[in-house]
Amino acid sequence: MDLTLKIWRQPSTDEKGKFVDYQVQDISADASFLEMLDVLNEQLVVNDEDPVAFDHDCREGICGACSLYINGRPHGPDKGITTCQMHMRRFKDGETIVIEPWRAKPFPVIKDLMVDRTAFDEIIRAGGYISVGTGGMPDANAIPIPKRDADIAMDAASCIGCGACVAACKNASAMLFVAAKVSQFAMLPQGKVEARERVQNMVSKMDELGFGNCSNTYACEAECPKEISVSHIARMNREFFSSKLISEKEK
Amino acid sequence: MSKSLSYSSITKKIVLSLAGLFLISFLVVHLLINMLILFDDNRELFNAAAHFMATNPLIQVFQYVLFFGFILHIVLGLIIQIQNWLARPVRYNRKGYSELSYFSKFMIHTGAIIFIFLIIHFANFFVIAKFGHIDPITYDSGNTYEDLGLLIIKLFEDGIYVIFYVISILLLGFHLDHGFQSAFQSLGINHSRYTPFIKTFGTLFSAVITLGFISIPLVIYFF
Repeated sequence: MDLTLKIWRQPSTDEKGKFVDYQVQDISADASFLEMLDVLNEQLVVNDEDPVAFDHDCREGICGACSLYINGRPHGPDKGITTCQMHMRRFKDGETIVIEPWRAKPFPVIKDLMVDRTAFDEIIRAGGYISVGTGGMPDANAIPIPKRDADIAMDAASCIGCGACVAACKNASAMLFVAAKVSQFAMLPQGKVEARERVQNMVSKMDELGFGNCSNTYACEAECPKEISVSHIARMNREFFSSKLISEKEK
Repeated sequence: MSKSLSYSSITKKIVLSLAGLFLISFLVVHLLINMLILFDDNRELFNAAAHFMATNPLIQVFQYVLFFGFILHIVLGLIIQIQNWLARPVRYNRKGYSELSYFSKFMIHTGAIIFIFLIIHFANFFVIAKFGHIDPITYDSGNTYEDLGLLIIKLFEDGIYVIFYVISILLLGFHLDHGFQSAFQSLGINHSRYTPFIKTFGTLFSAVITLGFISIPLVIYFF
């Protein structure tokens, strides 16, 4: 199939960017979206042009490295998959595809379609962990956890931190990401110990970095490649509310 | 940065939701009283209710709570919206269309028009009722009330005003449709069984409120 690509080109964070049109020919319908971009880049290298920079790593839909805002949707038109898992058969021959980087103040463009998602790491550093003593291996069944709670924690933990929620949100809010990270610990006994500090620190870091507020539009849930539910956002709101309202006397 | 900006995003949303739900409860009372005007030709029921609202000491105190609720909801809504705009300085070329709650995109716009409506509404009714003079009317029952009902009927005989009123109330309905279910989510109330109910109820509730308020000027104008 032959395609016209309208791609955002930006040499560096501080320089101005613009859309550039490219033509690619004879793309297999079975090629993945990233393979199609590889073909384009081969073509650019042969012509002595600067190849298009885009993030990718595992190409198996589990690492969270690939991004791309394709035709107005993070990770393209398919539900529940990342860009690398999307195939060209989702597009029509002769179609024009608009490819943009994630747009959010805390995600500055590094080059072309690559954005700096260090902001997510900073949120994790603020509380997305549990403190455990090192030593011998604890017994697997020492702490019984109801199956239902374990399932909910696992659903939340399936977040790969790609940033599609921020990209999809009209407010560039990171609530779904932070909620998933808060939820996965909130459901488990091991996470309850630091629950109060965790939710407060992670939310305040999220706000400080300049992500927007949640408008409950649920675009994040619709675009999340791991289909993480907005019920986790409600859980985080509860966790946050109770941590602020109900707590022992502070030191 | 001012103190109001340094509150966390979730705190702001929770307070916004509580203020919004409070304003919704006010709307219900307001609508019920307004509907009284359609029930009798001499407006006795309505004027009696309006008289009660204007003189009851508890309601007078509550009036200030209501003002506070409005100001809180409007100011917080503005702060949140400005922060949201700042969070994406470079816009997308292709607009996203994955929002599941359609009216959520226009909360600031519907809110702004409702705010303008509120100011005009205030000048038309509240200021006159509170500080101006309204001719009293004495009924067969021997009770004398200010005839606020007549003021309303006169205003609603103006076609332009009716159109403005109807459009504003329709936008209020859209604002409520998103706002109602959104308030519960912000307060952390989300349940696989009850959330769909809250959403449906919110939509029906918004429709009833909207149709209720709209019916009054239409009935007065056309009948």
